Amino acid sequence: MSGQSTYHFKNPAVRWLDSRLPIISAMKVNALDFPTPKNLNYFWTFGGILTLFLGIQIVTGLVLAMHYTAHVDQAFNSVEEIMRDVNYGWLMRYMHANGASFFFIAVYIHIFRGLYYGSYKAPRELLWMIGVVILLIMMATAFMGYVLPWGQMSFWGATVITNLFSAIPLVGEPIVQWLWGGFAVGNPTLNRFYALHFLLPFVLAAVVFLHIWALHVPGNNNPTGVEVKSNKDTVPFHPYYTVKDFLAVIVFLIVYAAFVFYLPNYLGHTDNYIPADPLVTPAHIVPEWYFLPFYAILRAIPDKLGGVIAMFASIGILFLLPWLDTSKVRSAAFRPLYRQFFWILVLVCFGLGYLGSQPAEGGYVIASQILTAYYFLHFLVILPLLGLFEKTKPLPGSISESVLSKDKGGGPTDGGGGTVAAAAASAPEKRG
Amino acid sequence: MSQIKIATLGLAAAVAVSSALVAAPAFAAGEVKPPKSVHFSFEGPFGTYDRGQLQRGYKVYEQVCAACHSMDLVAFRNLGDPGGPEFSPAEVRVLAAEFPREVVDGPDDLGDMFERPGKPSDYFPPPFPNQAAARASNSGAYPPDFSVIAKARPNGPAYIYSLLVGYEDPPAGMELRDGAYYNSYFPGGQIAMAPPLFDEMVEYTDGTPMTVEQYSKDLSAFLMWTAEPKLEERKRIGFQVMVFLVVLAGLLYFTKKKLWRDVDH
Repeated sequence: MSGQSTYHFKNPAVRWLDSRLPIISAMKVNALDFPTPKNLNYFWTFGGILTLFLGIQIVTGLVLAMHYTAHVDQAFNSVEEIMRDVNYGWLMRYMHANGASFFFIAVYIHIFRGLYYGSYKAPRELLWMIGVVILLIMMATAFMGYVLPWGQMSFWGATVITNLFSAIPLVGEPIVQWLWGGFAVGNPTLNRFYALHFLLPFVLAAVVFLHIWALHVPGNNNPTGVEVKSNKDTVPFHPYYTVKDFLAVIVFLIVYAAFVFYLPNYLGHTDNYIPADPLVTPAHIVPEWYFLPFYAILRAIPDKLGGVIAMFASIGILFLLPWLDTSKVRSAAFRPLYRQFFWILVLVCFGLGYLGSQPAEGGYVIASQILTAYYFLHFLVILPLLGLFEKTKPLPGSISESVLSKDKGGGPTDGGGGTVAAAAASAPEKRG
Repeated sequence: MSQIKIATLGLAAAVAVSSALVAAPAFAAGEVKPPKSVHFSFEGPFGTYDRGQLQRGYKVYEQVCAACHSMDLVAFRNLGDPGGPEFSPAEVRVLAAEFPREVVDGPDDLGDMFERPGKPSDYFPPPFPNQAAARASNSGAYPPDFSVIAKARPNGPAYIYSLLVGYEDPPAGMELRDGAYYNSYFPGGQIAMAPPLFDEMVEYTDGTPMTVEQYSKDLSAFLMWTAEPKLEERKRIGFQVMVFLVVLAGLLYFTKKKLWRDVDH
């Protein structure tokens, strides 16, 4: 990202610019020639997909902001005016609303990819932690964005979530009033949420820049979890991964477009087409789908403060993950037990998501408590112990070696690590 | 190691059991009856509105529902928009002028508000000046605005249709609130709105049967249009976008394949 350019450009104008501000060579180093492991699978394309979605959200959001009115009496109708009277306003709004959902689909796949392949381990701890910061900013932004249409779920969602802060002992009540700018969710709340919803995506963009910077120091992890040993293990980012990422982006956009054009309201809640009414509480207040697992954790704890702490801890614990996982081996492909626990965790997260959508009563609460307990058990007990007791499979000597052995008839690297390692061992002549 | 494997299985079983615990009370909380299954022309990726149906639906709204239900977000001009009922400009002018209520305009030169016949640029004039007046005229119940109602209820058009044809006698032993009617499609089962539609109530001139069922269907379609006036444009552009993306994905697939052919990966 910095330092003296080692490139020699023929074009004198480019040379003039680059010798004063090495932006061209920085692009060349980081975006074109960047050495990237040649065995990345399609789960590695979600970084690019996420960057695109940040762009989509900012562009569509800017257009919406030009037509939206942040006032409790006009917000709902101004959104409907966008839907009816602004040229392609319906397209901008549906792209933005569904864009938020697909942003989260992509980020969750991206996070679980990191969990599966141990991408959070040294030397990528900071890269991972910056990623958790990105997740938190995304969640705050999405929450405040959902308030802006000022429908019933906007209003009551905002009321429930801001009220969480009242659980803080002693200063809870003043803090909530400070957040609201009044004694209830009202016009000052809507205005500040709008201001913050506009600001945070740009903060997000800056943190994404740091995320990519931190990525480009150690380079990508890969499905074997074995570090790059020589340039035989890598290919230049362009054209190999630009084309592969482009393909993945388009396939992802096909699914996104199916929702935008054919099921635009499927992921939303019908109550949000009812204008906000502080006097009528909806039967079930539920957040957007991407918050449901956290909502289930919040409601699993009978104590309000305890629930709030558990919910924030469920994300906070991810900051400690690089040190909670004691295993020396990164990739789940070579960790037979971790692989099973990984998939259980995936199921538990889906289960929590389902429970978050159900009323907090009877069996739902008990189930939420079991799954919440397991969630924390996974990070606090299972991961530290696994690293000590798990018998991992032998790692391939290098990325090239694992790739070559796969070509010789072994199973796929992902999920079939054993055969890869075995084949590598039986073909020692390929080593080096 | 096999012990740990058993522990894993045990945990998986715990997860499964807790999920099963959950499944039991799924219908416990007095949920509403799911709406009847009914087919509309605007369903599916290529569905479009039936112009005749939207025009009939407008007639039902104007002659029956508009007495209590406002439609603040729809203007008379919208009735002539492409992708809607597509009344001709002349028809839109007549419909605006002949709406059951006049439009409140002003202030005039003397500072007074006055009433005048509607114009295409006017929004549908509301039946009540405010919510309190609406409640006072409807034994405390507030007739909701109809602009986006089809999107504000789960499975909107089918729900509206089911509600309108779903009035029946209350089950034996059920005590109805004062002025309430039994309708099993309405959350709670008791609705303040009297059965609004009767056979032969609104005159159709195109030979369509004049039944409650047909009125309900036409009105549901009309309300879907008021809630989603750009549905046809959306699906048309959607198809173009899909074709473009699928072709591009195909080209990229082969490009990627050729590019990576000589790389072991």
